[in-house]
Amino acid sequence: MMRRLARPLTHRRGFLTAAAGLLGVSALGGCDRFAVTPRGRQTLKLGEDANLYVQRLLLTPASLAKEFPDSEISPWFKPNGTIDPQDRDYKALAARNFSDWRLRIDGLVENPQALSLADLRALPARTQTTRHDCVEGWSAIGKWTGVPLAEVLKRAGLKPEARYIVFHCADTMEFAMSGDTETANPDMTARAEGEENQASDSKAAGAEAPDADAPDSDTSKGTPIRYYESIDLTDAYHPQTILAYDLNGKALPVSNGAPLRLRVERQLGYKQAKYIQRIEVRDTLAGVGEGGGGYWEDRGYEWYAGI
Amino acid sequence: MAAGTALGKSALGKGDVVETVRRRWMFRHPLVIRLAHWINVVCLAILLMSGLQIFNAHPALYWGSASTFDRPFVAITDDQRDDGTARGVTYVAGKSFDTTGWLGLSNLNGEATGRAFPSWATLPAHQDLATGRRWHFLFAWAFVINGLIYLIYGIGTGQLRRRLIPEGDQMRGLGASIREHLTLHFAQGDEAKRYNVLQKLTYLVVVLILLPLMLLTGLSMSPGVNAVVPLPDLFGGRQSARTVHFIVTNLLVLFVIVHVLLVLASGLWNNMRSMLTGWYVIERRKLPAGPEEIR
Repeated sequence: MMRRLARPLTHRRGFLTAAAGLLGVSALGGCDRFAVTPRGRQTLKLGEDANLYVQRLLLTPASLAKEFPDSEISPWFKPNGTIDPQDRDYKALAARNFSDWRLRIDGLVENPQALSLADLRALPARTQTTRHDCVEGWSAIGKWTGVPLAEVLKRAGLKPEARYIVFHCADTMEFAMSGDTETANPDMTARAEGEENQASDSKAAGAEAPDADAPDSDTSKGTPIRYYESIDLTDAYHPQTILAYDLNGKALPVSNGAPLRLRVERQLGYKQAKYIQRIEVRDTLAGVGEGGGGYWEDRGYEWYAGI
Repeated sequence: MAAGTALGKSALGKGDVVETVRRRWMFRHPLVIRLAHWINVVCLAILLMSGLQIFNAHPALYWGSASTFDRPFVAITDDQRDDGTARGVTYVAGKSFDTTGWLGLSNLNGEATGRAFPSWATLPAHQDLATGRRWHFLFAWAFVINGLIYLIYGIGTGQLRRRLIPEGDQMRGLGASIREHLTLHFAQGDEAKRYNVLQKLTYLVVVLILLPLMLLTGLSMSPGVNAVVPLPDLFGGRQSARTVHFIVTNLLVLFVIVHVLLVLASGLWNNMRSMLTGWYVIERRKLPAGPEEIR
């Protein structure tokens, strides 16, 4: 087949191909630059905002996470994040088998509480065998026994302005830098480091406390930032939201969050706060950490972790 | 419809047969379908690359509800050879492959780095699960909305049926169509006005099976959605759903590769013009002496 005008056409087509190629390549490089601008981050967040909105429309208090038969319990419940807190206070509590440990409940409550493990075990209990889904992608099935959070909140009595339940934990995740380092250190840097910690499980625990030094004793490292998380009242009053003290019929091991951890079954693993020391009832998340509502949330992860 | 005649005149020798090519313009792709196609290109590219970023956070796949960490179905990692040098290694169903440079160990800023998928394939390029998830979910929404508009339009106007459901005579010619593809011979003339049977079946599988499977397996990984619809049960558990999500991703990448190669082989500019402007050229070749068109 013969074509006239082939040459100029090829010329134009070659130009178009090159232009399209360049556009494609620069678009990909631009993605990463776009993602770090405030506007870019806000735009990207739209998808997860939509997730929260749609899930809140679909999920009712009666929507339960699947409960599995005991035969499906994972032989090993993979511990993640902190698996052995090096904090001096925590180690002292663990050494005495948490007999001195008290769960404090304060903030916007009528009757602040300080409950021992025995107190918690005396309250109504719920046992549920559920699947734990990590944000990284893996899952493990465990049988949890604990007191429904609603029971504890009922005893404390929420004030009308209560909106959020904040969990303060015993494990130090990192040490805050001094004031001016922090300003010189944009959020991205902190985030990339945090990512590293979470992505490589085995390193995570070691990285935060390479030696046996108790974080509290070494002030040169800065102020310890301990793990914190939060949920709102919708999830706090869900029947499967419990403060678990047993895993697979035995006292919760240190690696999985002894003496008490949160189970909020319709969300991902980083919401399941371990080593809980204090429950604070608040009207806003502003003022907790950097305001995102949790340790990982302040490092770029979504506050609502339903997907 | 515009009809043009291009007649080759130059450098004719004695005995050459002069061949007439009649170009008929055909309006092939309505605006909605063209838009849906290109939006899908952007969505799938970003979903793929942010998906590989998410995969890198735990580069192993399992079957069932929970992860069997010591027995993954697929795992991409790095370790050391006997001589102490680092290598990338990929395990599939118990077999291991050295994938240094591509999977498990690849260059990041000029340094050999242990990561499942290389940085050029992930979004963001560096390891950042939180931002990868944001890209993934934003473009998952765009993909779903785009797909719904395409399906509603396609079903409502009958386009989907006309374009993608093979007609009776086509099904009988299935064997011939396979032969044509293998020898890269493509239909011309009237037969080029419709998609060929392999093309129709492939698009049907992609549009009605593979892409919806991506959405279903993706939602199967959501603990929130699971509390409303027990989706993981469809696939044998959440980890199975995650594995199927990954396998279907591979099938879609394979589809895109073959799709682009066939676009190149069957006329890049005609195909590209038609997906940009809607207009596609049907060529009929005619020998001046003969009454019959060569198809």
